[in-house]
Amino acid sequence: MQKTPNDTQPIIEARGVTKTFDGIEAVSGLNLTVPPGICFGLLGPNGAGKTTTLRMLYGVSEPSQGQIKIFGMDVGRNTRAVRARLGVTLQDNVMMENMSSRDNLFIHGRHHLIGEALLAQRVAELLEFLEIGADADKKVLKLSGGFKRRLSIAMSLINAPELLILDEPTTGLDPAVRHALWSKIRGLKGDGKTILLTTHYMDEAERLCDQVMIINGGKAIRQGAPRQLIEDELYPNALEFDCSSEEEQRLLEGASELVKLRTGTRLMVFAKDTEQILTRLQKLDGGNRRAAIQRPANLEDVFLAVTGTHLEDG
Amino acid sequence: MSLSARHTLSVWRRNASLYRRTWKVNLLPNFFEPVFYLTAIGIGVGAYITEMGGVSYVEFLVPGLICVSAMHGASFEVTYNVYVRLMYEKSYSVIVTTPVSPDDILIGEVLWAITRASIYGGGFFIVAGVFGLIPGVSALLAVLVIPLTGLMFASIGIAVTLRMPRIELFSFYFTLFLTPLFLFSSIFFPIDERLSGVWLNVAEVLPLLHPVRLTRAAFAGEATMTSVWDASYIIVLSLGLLFWAKGTMRKRLSS
Ligand SMILES: Nc1ncnc2c1ncn2[C@@H]1O[C@H](COP(=O)(O)OP(=O)(O)OP(=O)(O)O)[C@@H](O)[C@H]1O
Ligand SMILES: [Mg+2]
Repeated sequence: MQKTPNDTQPIIEARGVTKTFDGIEAVSGLNLTVPPGICFGLLGPNGAGKTTTLRMLYGVSEPSQGQIKIFGMDVGRNTRAVRARLGVTLQDNVMMENMSSRDNLFIHGRHHLIGEALLAQRVAELLEFLEIGADADKKVLKLSGGFKRRLSIAMSLINAPELLILDEPTTGLDPAVRHALWSKIRGLKGDGKTILLTTHYMDEAERLCDQVMIINGGKAIRQGAPRQLIEDELYPNALEFDCSSEEEQRLLEGASELVKLRTGTRLMVFAKDTEQILTRLQKLDGGNRRAAIQRPANLEDVFLAVTGTHLEDG
Repeated sequence: MSLSARHTLSVWRRNASLYRRTWKVNLLPNFFEPVFYLTAIGIGVGAYITEMGGVSYVEFLVPGLICVSAMHGASFEVTYNVYVRLMYEKSYSVIVTTPVSPDDILIGEVLWAITRASIYGGGFFIVAGVFGLIPGVSALLAVLVIPLTGLMFASIGIAVTLRMPRIELFSFYFTLFLTPLFLFSSIFFPIDERLSGVWLNVAEVLPLLHPVRLTRAAFAGEATMTSVWDASYIIVLSLGLLFWAKGTMRKRLSS
């Protein structure tokens, strides 16, 4: 396997990347730097431009503007060389449904021109790594969603890639399968791979990613380590309860240094100390009548706050 | 990204792996069809028509029907099958995440269609041999015309498929294009004997006419300048269409 010229060179370096479809900017002016060995999360709501960004990174879609370097190489010019060293799991599972998992892995590996002996070894390893060995010879169309997802990921690992690109790896999967996949992804990172994933699950991003970028409407709106973003945007603790806008004033009277976030009748209040507010609330109500929940602030709060749910500073 | 022989071959192998899974089901019809044609028309129609083009009617039919088999083999592959891979199964979207280029996919599919054409056309040739309808050694040259026929109909078909707006419209391609070719390309009667003047030149446009004439020349063991024209027509048309399809394929797989 080729080594990058020096270890500090970023694996992904995108500058001012824009993609226009029929005059509409799906991605605009994106700057992205991913150093080796980290897991980077691209977060954003439906239609934010996550998939479009990935497609440009692995060179299937040409940016309308901007430059992309992967492993220090221009993707547009060195497409084959770049793709030989990365693996992509698409948002949808694309596989030959009438063939077995084993066949799918072999066929995919041949597109990478992997010799048959090495390929057989990799297929055996991946069937074991993703725990699909037992059903390896069943037709894919008979397998569950979680199984197909694992096969998709296995296919993208067939060329032992240095960079793994995962487009919504766990969407639509049950909690047990998600947890299992997360530990696989952490394992891959432990092996020294660089991982770029997209997700709209903030718990997933918080668990897996060293760095995240939140995008909305094709634009990067926040970037940083998940803990850092929470610290920068909000206070460490959250208190959630139901109340109308009119009641809000009365309930929070006197409380200072807080950030409020409202979705319908649910109000989230972020502060250093939410205990005080909760005590006051219960005193005024004469008990916990509003199903109030006290918890640490998380990335989902940041996501809701920065992608447009109404946010007020108090 | 341009063309790479080994990556192209990986696309061909992908299709071959799928075909191998079901080869018995896929292969058998290729032999039934010629048996039906040759018995029905040879024994049935042949009883009323004693001679055409200097040979028995069934012998007259064999060269053309070999080409028709090859035409159908290639056409089904690059129309319905390629369309399904492109639009429904999205197979190419995962292939282009590997070092395989759109050009490799295009040529890989064409090579596979040529393979299917050769299996169909070759099947017909073998059955005709069993019926004792292959006249001499020179007729073996017709085996070379089968992949050429495949190349031409793969190129025409894939160029159409890449621009096809809806899968239902393929029925027009079959009924309004391939069926008339089947009926008017000197397979059942010598079309040039039914036409005169400028219409003789117009008939030269018909793609299937050329491989049929080449196959007849091989069966008769006499190549002429017309054979050179026929071979040139097939190659130039195919390369031209593939060149055009290359740009469309690149566009379809990027955006
Ligand atoms: N080929 C295309 N032609 C026209 N518009 C497109 C094309 N691909 C994407 N778009 C548009 O670009 C925007 C971004 O789409 P994209 O698929 O990148 O979003 P996403 O963040 O991946 O969303 P999701 O979470 O739903 O997968 C959308 O508005 C989409 O409709
Ligand atoms: Mg997407």
